[in-house]
Amino acid sequence: MDLKRFLFIGFIIVILFGVVVLVGASTTPPLVLIVSMVATTLSVVTPLALGSLAGIFCERSGVVNIGIEGMMLTAAFFGWFGGIYMNTILGLDPLPSMLVGVLVAILTGGLMGLLLAVLSVTFKVEQIIGGTVVNILAIGVTGFLNRQLFFESNGLFGGQLPHAPGVLPRIHIPILADIPVVGKMFEQQPITIAAIVLVFVCHFVIFHTRWGLRTRAVGEHPRAADTVGINVNRMRYINVVIGGMLAGLAGAYFTLESVPSFEPLMTNGRGFISLAAMIFGNWSPIGAWAAALVFGASNALQINIQFFREMIPAQFAFLQQSYVLGMVPYVLTMLILTGLIGKTTPPAAENQPYEK
Amino acid sequence: MDTVLEAKGIVKRFPGILANDHVDFDLRRGEIHVLLGENGAGKSTLMNVLYGLYHPDGGEILVKGKPVKFDSPRAAIAEGVGMVHQHFMLIPVFTVAENIMLGSETVKGLQLDRKTVAAEISRLSHQYGLDVDPNALVQDLPVGVQQRVEIVKALYRKAEILILDEPTAVLTPQEADDLFRIMRELTSRGVSIIFITHKLREVLAVSDRITVMRAGKVVGSTTPAEAGEARLAAMMVGRDVTLEVEKGEAQPGAAVLAVKNLSVRDHREIEVVQGVSFEVRAGEVLGIAGVQGNGQTELAEALTGLRAPHGGEVRLGGSDASGKTPRYLVQNGLAHIPEDRQKHGLVLSYPLNDNLILCTYCEKPFSINGMLQNAAIDANAFQLVRQFDVRAPSPFVPASTLSGGNQQKVIVARELSRPIKLLVANQPTRGLDVGSIEYIHKQIIRKRDEGCGVLLISAELDEILQLSDRIAVMYRGMITAILPAAEATKETLGLLMAGATLEKG
Repeated sequence: MDLKRFLFIGFIIVILFGVVVLVGASTTPPLVLIVSMVATTLSVVTPLALGSLAGIFCERSGVVNIGIEGMMLTAAFFGWFGGIYMNTILGLDPLPSMLVGVLVAILTGGLMGLLLAVLSVTFKVEQIIGGTVVNILAIGVTGFLNRQLFFESNGLFGGQLPHAPGVLPRIHIPILADIPVVGKMFEQQPITIAAIVLVFVCHFVIFHTRWGLRTRAVGEHPRAADTVGINVNRMRYINVVIGGMLAGLAGAYFTLESVPSFEPLMTNGRGFISLAAMIFGNWSPIGAWAAALVFGASNALQINIQFFREMIPAQFAFLQQSYVLGMVPYVLTMLILTGLIGKTTPPAAENQPYEK
Repeated sequence: MDTVLEAKGIVKRFPGILANDHVDFDLRRGEIHVLLGENGAGKSTLMNVLYGLYHPDGGEILVKGKPVKFDSPRAAIAEGVGMVHQHFMLIPVFTVAENIMLGSETVKGLQLDRKTVAAEISRLSHQYGLDVDPNALVQDLPVGVQQRVEIVKALYRKAEILILDEPTAVLTPQEADDLFRIMRELTSRGVSIIFITHKLREVLAVSDRITVMRAGKVVGSTTPAEAGEARLAAMMVGRDVTLEVEKGEAQPGAAVLAVKNLSVRDHREIEVVQGVSFEVRAGEVLGIAGVQGNGQTELAEALTGLRAPHGGEVRLGGSDASGKTPRYLVQNGLAHIPEDRQKHGLVLSYPLNDNLILCTYCEKPFSINGMLQNAAIDANAFQLVRQFDVRAPSPFVPASTLSGGNQQKVIVARELSRPIKLLVANQPTRGLDVGSIEYIHKQIIRKRDEGCGVLLISAELDEILQLSDRIAVMYRGMITAILPAAEATKETLGLLMAGATLEKG
């Protein structure tokens, strides 16, 4: 991740923030708008950050993972279902139910990761196909079970959609959240906080620990790693499962932190945008997070502009249409992937099954 | 003299092949023991067994008299065995320190302790005279230095037994001498070395003992005092081999290739061929000597239509050929034996008959009105396989099943059976056995005597000296000298290849 990229990211973010500040300038002071944008950005970037971390662990060890979307979706469903089950059927209180749900989501993600690992490492299936299998399986399983369990008259809940335990509550970070005005951005939900912490933890792990060095070796030159006694396939298995678990946590965000319900296909391409962030960030956790912030900020722009619908001057009236701003993250993804800002280098041995 | 390593009756099978057939081998402390043999003789297999990369199907290994079982390289490393592979096992995007510590990382808590490792590397490199910078990125280092990193990697793990697999393949003569100096320094400190090579001159220069392998078996052991090059070559091949190709005087004619001020850029837009000028005349061999990586690859690509030149002019047989397509050049009398036979010379999954018409498939008699004429193609294949002595079960087997030498013979058959004015041969005998080398050298001289011009690019000085009528040296993208072969010596060429310039007058 070089300076040019960080500057580009900074530039785009400044523009996105600037738009909101300008549009709302007549009613709200800029600082309030900026704080609101930061708070929203940090929140909506969560699945993208976690998704790109998932991608990084998989790809740095040599396994291409385009199934992050499917892993998130499956985890979102089962996490949500786990929470409801605990709450409605077992009678557990809402908060513990949701925490169990998060655990279920992480485990589900790990299992989907295990599936990808088995396909890619043991059966040496073309890894793009393996990821596609994960995605299609996710859509099928979640769609089917969603109908069966919640909408069939002989389903588990008798055809009535049960009351969900809700969403995870915001945590009030002591001292920081008490600062007037600015403090609002320090009140975030647990998975959002976890995502930010994990970005830095994962960066440390990948670049400054034994595990990270060996993982990167396995992804760059597995034979060299083999000759110094590293078990290439075992490293790949473990890293892909870790990636799956991170994607699982991202899935938990959708149904346990963002909205208390499950919609088919609710991940909405976020898994793929994570991949774009990972590529643009040169397979580095902090770099990917910075790239994800661009997408997050454009998403936040769309959300915050809603508040100023009436305020938008006539020539910008088109912004009111939700789809216009909704396109921004995806258009940015495309622009970035065309290599407009130069090329990045993937791990040299990715997408190549290792033969002894 | 105690024995530090012994292999007894090693057997290793792969599907369809007995790579090691009850092989006995022993290594004494402080000696340099050369393992000599052609490609496919089983040397690398034996070494991989000794390093724990392969599990033997039979036999046993003893280290200092104690039987050991190597399940993986870790076990071998633990017993003091270190290996420097022919194709480096280094990760280009890592630093020297990261490469060296991989697998035996020093950590402070959870964090990699790069500082301690760097200090240890500096200490080792000074102790043995192997200068390496711990913080350099491996991909930025020249090949000779990368090799030193590999050696330090083994020493870092306290190797007392060092296996060097074809280490001089990528070195200039001076760098090779440097390596031999390092090897003697190591043995004087008690390290024992197994040195695998197929280069006969080196064997005699550096070995204490020589073991020759052929077709999976040990043919015999000897010492440099007892055996000379001819005897060793005969042991390797199983028959007498002419090591010096017989050639008469060259009868050069008009220039078939005229290169003026040619410059070529590589994929990173760096100028790797800087304004070179030279000529190749009909009936002569111009050899371009140089260690790989000095622009030869890009030069060959520019001359054969695979890379557009950035500047300058190329004339083939009198007409302009700069930046022309390979098809144009081939139809105007160019033949090319590429550097990488498997990537650029053959379609490995195609059968031999298709590979043999890769240049001429669009002409009669091989295709009429756009339809391939199988009868003609097959007849051509049968004839060429016989004429050029390609050892294959039939002309319909995929090229991938052939040995390196026979694959090269297919390429030679295809290129030399057409009417050609200029032959560009780029590292034509790399990785080949002595028998195949002998054959290809004969073919090159035959073509020269038929009036073809030959541009021979090779990193093997012996080959250049044997075949060339004139010799050019390439260094850092420039031709530093062109001299008649009679005036060139190994020492002069070696110095030129490393960047020196000829003294004027």
